[in-house]
Amino acid sequence: MNIVVCAKQIPDPAEPGELDPETKTLKRDGKLILDESDMYGVEMALQLADNAGGGEVTLVSMAPDNKVDGIRTGLAMGAAKAVLVSDPALAGTDALGTAKVLAAAVGKVEGADLVLTATESSDGYTGTVPEQLAELLGLPSVTFAKHIEIADGKVKVQRQTDAGYDEVECPLPCVVSVTAGVVEPRYPSFKGIMAAKSKPLDQLALADTGLEADQVGWAGGGQEIVGVEDAPEREAGEIIEDDGTGAEKIVAYLENLKLV
Amino acid sequence: MNASDERPFGVGDPRDFLEIDALLDDEERMLRDTVRRFVDDRVLPDVADWFEEGTFPRDMAKDLGALGLLGMHLEGYGCAGASATAYGLACLELEAGDSGARSFVSVQGSLAMFPIWRFGSEEQKQRWLPPMAAGEVIGCFGLTEPDSGSDPASMRTTARRDGGDWVLNGTKMWITNGSIADVAVVWAREPETSAIHGFIVPTDTPGFSAPEIHRKLSLRASITSELVLDDVRLPDEARLPEVATMRGPLSCLNEARYGILWGAMGAARACYEAALDYAGSRIQFDVPIASFQLTQRKLVDMMVKVNKGTLLALHLGRMKDRGQLSSTHVSFGKMDNVREALWVAREARGVLGANGITLEYPVIRHMNNLESVYTYEGTNEIHTLVLGQAITGISAFRA
Repeated sequence: MNIVVCAKQIPDPAEPGELDPETKTLKRDGKLILDESDMYGVEMALQLADNAGGGEVTLVSMAPDNKVDGIRTGLAMGAAKAVLVSDPALAGTDALGTAKVLAAAVGKVEGADLVLTATESSDGYTGTVPEQLAELLGLPSVTFAKHIEIADGKVKVQRQTDAGYDEVECPLPCVVSVTAGVVEPRYPSFKGIMAAKSKPLDQLALADTGLEADQVGWAGGGQEIVGVEDAPEREAGEIIEDDGTGAEKIVAYLENLKLV
Repeated sequence: MNASDERPFGVGDPRDFLEIDALLDDEERMLRDTVRRFVDDRVLPDVADWFEEGTFPRDMAKDLGALGLLGMHLEGYGCAGASATAYGLACLELEAGDSGARSFVSVQGSLAMFPIWRFGSEEQKQRWLPPMAAGEVIGCFGLTEPDSGSDPASMRTTARRDGGDWVLNGTKMWITNGSIADVAVVWAREPETSAIHGFIVPTDTPGFSAPEIHRKLSLRASITSELVLDDVRLPDEARLPEVATMRGPLSCLNEARYGILWGAMGAARACYEAALDYAGSRIQFDVPIASFQLTQRKLVDMMVKVNKGTLLALHLGRMKDRGQLSSTHVSFGKMDNVREALWVAREARGVLGANGITLEYPVIRHMNNLESVYTYEGTNEIHTLVLGQAITGISAFRA
């Protein structure tokens, strides 16, 4: 069972992020770490490969300046190898462009049975890349997986819904997006950390992907960020005086937020 | 003129003032960050309760093993084979959680596994080290006795030959992990030859018992025990074959002390950061108490000691990785870093006022723990005299 996991490297959310006023995008020139939402995919992939009795987990990533720190975390957790696409021409690439690059990178991995992604990244939050990637790869896809089983050439997925989950089957190969928090990502072991730097890391430039510069980056962007504003101040909470119907009102409030 | 010269006046990172992070390589940083995350997730949420209840969760051994923390600086036999510097960084992060967690790892790796790894037979290594590295088997180390502390050569525990077997009698005291251990490395004197032998003693051997020591006010999130050896009969295969002098146990202590000189700075850092955060948010006379000159002096002294001690630990770690570290260098680090850590903890406790004495904040816990760390693994006095001997050529404590 060979599994590819899309792994985004993002600025550490614990540090205060900064937007570039000119491009209105997040500055990514500092240290990048593995997006926590991708750790669930890495963990899920490692477990699936283990359960299948073998196979390799490969990470694919697109990042500026050949940054590898986040990828190394995934390799230290147990992934076997990685493909990284990095090229100055990729600056400004939007979600669809990212999906094109990732699709090209996935294409470099031989014998991939399954592609896992997060449902969305923790910095961009478009949540569109998994579907775009599936379309570009010509593969079926399942989103919001909370549990995945593999048997008889199919994935059996518990697909999270507002009410609970649906059971969905899909033939392999396919793309599955994994909901954050559904598995507990392992800590990288010290042996894993020490082995990570000697694991194969295939570093590609744009030219190696078969894509042209005008398909990606600022030039290829089908969308533009036209403005950035500060988040609105938090509004005062709603106070419910209990006249005997307080509990119902709170339940109604939570239902409205789809929390219950 | 380079970039750092252009930094605005009066700016510095309060959490890494001397930018020691830049002296580590990527692998060391990842390892450090992993242990820090483990401590944040698994130690800090519950450690105040463990401290209050006087327990250490035995289950954690397997998690520490899975991470690779147990015997991490040893090569082979399921051990991670990390550098001495990496081992030190791990000790620092663990002790920033609690000295009890670091003590557990020190005892398992440096005191129980190290002697088997260094002085054991191939069979002994194969049998014991892999499950100990995995945390499936917990070890302890028996050297100190009720009447034999700084002068361990005065030990009374005996190992007498009886046919092909050995029979051990005596009492060991202040043994970390004793009551939860599956195996004890026990040092005993052979009366006929005065040789000092190390034995690997499964704790279910008849005649062996390990009553827990209660009523401690320090290292409460750590198990401390007495080991009682009452005609404990062992085959010769239980004896560590490669050493028969005090060099055996002393070399183990040297390994453990090396971890302590790092760990103490973790406890100190936790206290300093708690004091810094507290001073910034505690309002008195309408201003944060960090505004007061007396408080700033305390915070700066703490910050300077934490940075200096961490630099010292890193320097000694690099020396150890180059094979240049002597036991007197380790005495330097253990003596000074633990002393300074205790100073920082006491100062931080003062900054926190009444909050400095509750388990709601980490400070009093670290402070009480460091009182043990100050005297175990060589008292401050003995390490001072070791250094005194090193620079004068005159021993003040041994004829």
